[in-house]
Amino acid sequence: MEAVNSDAMLKGTPFHSRTSALCQSQNWRRWSGHVVAGSYELTHDREYFAIRSSAALIDVSPLHKYMIEGPDAARFLNRVVTRDVSGCAQGQVLYTPWCDEEGKVIDDGTLARLGEEKFRLTSAEPNLLWLHNNALGFRVTVGDVSESTAALALQGPTSREILRCVTDADVGGLRFFRSMAAEVKRIPVTISRTGYTGDLGYEIWVDSENAEPLWDALIEAGGPYGITPAGMLALDVARIEAGLILIDVDYVPAHRALIEDRKSSPFELGLGWTVKLDKGSFVGSTALLKEQRNGSDWQLRGLEIEWESLETLYADVGLPPQLPTIAWRTSVPVYGGRHQVGYATSGCWSPILKKYIALAHLHSTHARTGTKVEMEVTVEHRRKRAVATVTSTPFFNPERKRS
Amino acid sequence: MSYSAHYDAIVIGGGHNGLVNAAYLARAGKSVLVLERRHLVGGAAVTEEIYPGFKYSVYSYVVSLLRPEIIRELDLPSHGLEILPLESTVTPLPNGDYLGRWADHDQTRRELYRHSAKDAEAYDDYGKLMYHLAFAVKPIVAMVPPDPTSLSPRDLLSLLKLGKHFRSLGATQFYALVKLMTMSAADFLDEWFETQALKATMSASGIIGTFLGPRSPGTAYVLLHHYLGEIDGSFRAWGFAKGGTGAISESIAGAARRFGADIRTEASVARVLVRHGRATGVALENGDEITARVVVSGLDPKRTFLKLIESEHLPDDFVDSIRRFKIRGSSGKVNLSLSELPKFTCLPRDGPHLRGAISISPSVDYLERAYDDAKYGNFSRRPYMDIIIPSMIDPGMAPPGKHVMSIFVQYAPSDLEGGWNETRREAFGDAVIDTLAQYAPNLPGAILHRQVITPWDLERDIGLTQGNIFHGELSLHQLFFLRPAPSWADYRTPLDNFYQCGSGTHPGGGISGTSGRLAALRVLKDWK
Ligand SMILES: Cc1cc2nc3c(=O)[nH]c(=O)nc-3n(C[C@H](O)[C@H](O)[C@H](O)COP(=O)(O)OP(=O)(O)OC[C@H]3O[C@@H](n4cnc5c(N)ncnc54)[C@H](O)[C@@H]3O)c2cc1C
Repeated sequence: MEAVNSDAMLKGTPFHSRTSALCQSQNWRRWSGHVVAGSYELTHDREYFAIRSSAALIDVSPLHKYMIEGPDAARFLNRVVTRDVSGCAQGQVLYTPWCDEEGKVIDDGTLARLGEEKFRLTSAEPNLLWLHNNALGFRVTVGDVSESTAALALQGPTSREILRCVTDADVGGLRFFRSMAAEVKRIPVTISRTGYTGDLGYEIWVDSENAEPLWDALIEAGGPYGITPAGMLALDVARIEAGLILIDVDYVPAHRALIEDRKSSPFELGLGWTVKLDKGSFVGSTALLKEQRNGSDWQLRGLEIEWESLETLYADVGLPPQLPTIAWRTSVPVYGGRHQVGYATSGCWSPILKKYIALAHLHSTHARTGTKVEMEVTVEHRRKRAVATVTSTPFFNPERKRS
Repeated sequence: MSYSAHYDAIVIGGGHNGLVNAAYLARAGKSVLVLERRHLVGGAAVTEEIYPGFKYSVYSYVVSLLRPEIIRELDLPSHGLEILPLESTVTPLPNGDYLGRWADHDQTRRELYRHSAKDAEAYDDYGKLMYHLAFAVKPIVAMVPPDPTSLSPRDLLSLLKLGKHFRSLGATQFYALVKLMTMSAADFLDEWFETQALKATMSASGIIGTFLGPRSPGTAYVLLHHYLGEIDGSFRAWGFAKGGTGAISESIAGAARRFGADIRTEASVARVLVRHGRATGVALENGDEITARVVVSGLDPKRTFLKLIESEHLPDDFVDSIRRFKIRGSSGKVNLSLSELPKFTCLPRDGPHLRGAISISPSVDYLERAYDDAKYGNFSRRPYMDIIIPSMIDPGMAPPGKHVMSIFVQYAPSDLEGGWNETRREAFGDAVIDTLAQYAPNLPGAILHRQVITPWDLERDIGLTQGNIFHGELSLHQLFFLRPAPSWADYRTPLDNFYQCGSGTHPGGGISGTSGRLAALRVLKDWK
């Protein structure tokens, strides 16, 4: 048989030579046409705990990355995202969604101001066309640097110590959601204090051709600090604990929604805090202003599924509670009394909180913190309902994240 | 800090059970004072930096039984509790080979297969049975023992009648449970496996903290305890607390303080104040007297009833049974600061085995011989050891690139022939290092600091009578409604307003917090 044409294969990231050598489990996951490790070891527990107790090194290169440059860069971005970019200082990073004209979320990502007229925007989906279309009349260029820029997330309590070992830059002075240029073993990088884990952590952006030496430098310096390559399974648990939503899982991007009902506004996704209606008009602002006045029908909230309730359901069939061993990403009905009042979209057993948690879209009538609802659980092939309490997110929010 | 003169409750001893007890009482709105003799709380669950830069989990070193409901109800994660998985157990063998059990099921099976194809399959069946049995006994562990008078306490098997649970067990499981209650760990495992190192390493869990050998009847039951953690939503049977075992105590103390409890260290209680058959407070070593409506003791039964209370206040038969309560110590501990990782001959490269447990238990004979030494009043010349390298799990335990090693050792009898002293303590330490050097020859040269702990030290330093790590042996005649004494297994005592909450009560030793919690619930129920 002929081998598959290499163009037809999923791509490895610029770190593939390193990650594939370590991927004992051969558990690979697809991400934007690339393959990345689902887990490196046969079980992902240790990778998860590295995020929370030492440091995890995560390849996040498949993110889409756009370089937006020009005298109107800030003005242009202020038109397209919901956050206020005019107040974004050099070296600052904003987490922001962006919306269509109806105020429904298209995508979300981080926006880093690298210079007076230079920004880098990350996104989960390709957004080049949409950015181009909106750039009409602005003196900006939008460049897709997804391929030429590789990225590593170094996340966890010892991540700062590790960076200190490899760079002279003032890592200690880098505040939450700030970024700076630096050199790691003479390799030029940008380090931002950002991440998808809700923990102390950094993301390191590097030209793809320097990816491998950067990986090697971090792994070597990180040894004594417990650095552990971690895959998507571990990351998924951490991001749910941090209450961070995931596109295509917790919401459908507006551009891909086949019906209106699938779309969500930032208010409905718990991102109301990112909507700066007083900054002047931007894409979707009219609709968002209206929603803000009238209130939203839905809210994305946390659920804590009560252990005692699970125990009772499982005791009926003679078992202790069976917990998911990895995070789930399916839509699960949530009830208030006899009626369905929402649906959970991701959930997991939180090993650090020792709680079963989920993210759920709830009707605003049932979204208040402390409300008791019921989430569907399948116990031995039968649909049951476990009692759950509506909570605010993040579920886990350590001080070190910001300090 | 200021202390009000009168409290709703005083808890004697800031071990983890005392702290759990105080936290629950404070959570219910009571004013609570914890009095701890040492300069830090935690008792047998402490982390101390004895050699600068190196942190030892001085005594207790792994956790499996800490109750999930306590973690949730006291919100311990918000007070810093993090339990990291310990994924493997490796037993180095004298012939340079090893037996490993890993986090991944298939990997373990392949490894067992290398030693015995039969054992590789039996291991799964065994695991399934233990899982069922653990599920069956779990309600007992989590409940206050019922009034035993309707049962015959002499008939230990009447334990089995408890709960409709047992009726639902199939015949195979029922007989297995009876066997577990009565057999020795070695005999029980002989029915399942043929690989010596596997049987020895598994049976070791049945002898920890007891003055028994793997061939002593009654040791099989403790095998079950290892499966209890697994069915409680903690996923892994064994874990290591980030920051060392002391972090568990600190997190509980943090919760207790948040609920308003006062915790006083360097406050040794000399005596419980008694008036008209009821406890009214305590007198400290320094002469201070503090009154309270309720007094709870977290010390072991002997200390509680024979030292803190004048015997005239207690019924004679009760005092007798406390005197008879078996509390011989048999365990020691060696903590090391290391300049480099040990290189085990069987697995010379750094690898996952250094992040799990390493068990020196090559065969059942080896363990039994170690016990023989102790039976006749000596420490084991070739002891059983359960080893972890905490700095490999939590790098914060030692300076970067350096390591700490925790070695739990058996046997070190409390009543050593001729008595313990400093010289004999170090001789015991030497036996441990010599034995280990046979498996990891670079170890002796890597030692920067060594701390050796014998039952003698346990008694002097943290007040464990005879150095018994569980406040009394976990043998069947001292469990459940017999712990610590018949009729007084419900945390109450013959003295009104005086309760007990330490490991000497049901369900027994280990870092579980259950005694502390159940005792608090009992106190609160009685409060009206
Ligand atoms: C060497 C060793 C290793 C162990 N390993 C493990 C393990 O790995 N895993 C596990 O689960 N269990 C282990 N155990 C057992 C476990 O640590 C104990 O069962 C448990 O910690 C006991 O807790 P406690 O709160 O009941 O009592 P303790 O921890 O004994 O607390 C009693 C407290 O009372 C204080 N006190 C004593 N006298 C007075 C007084 N007169 N006034 C005021 N305070 C006083 C003491 O200082 C102490 O702090 C180990 C124990 C030892 C000793």
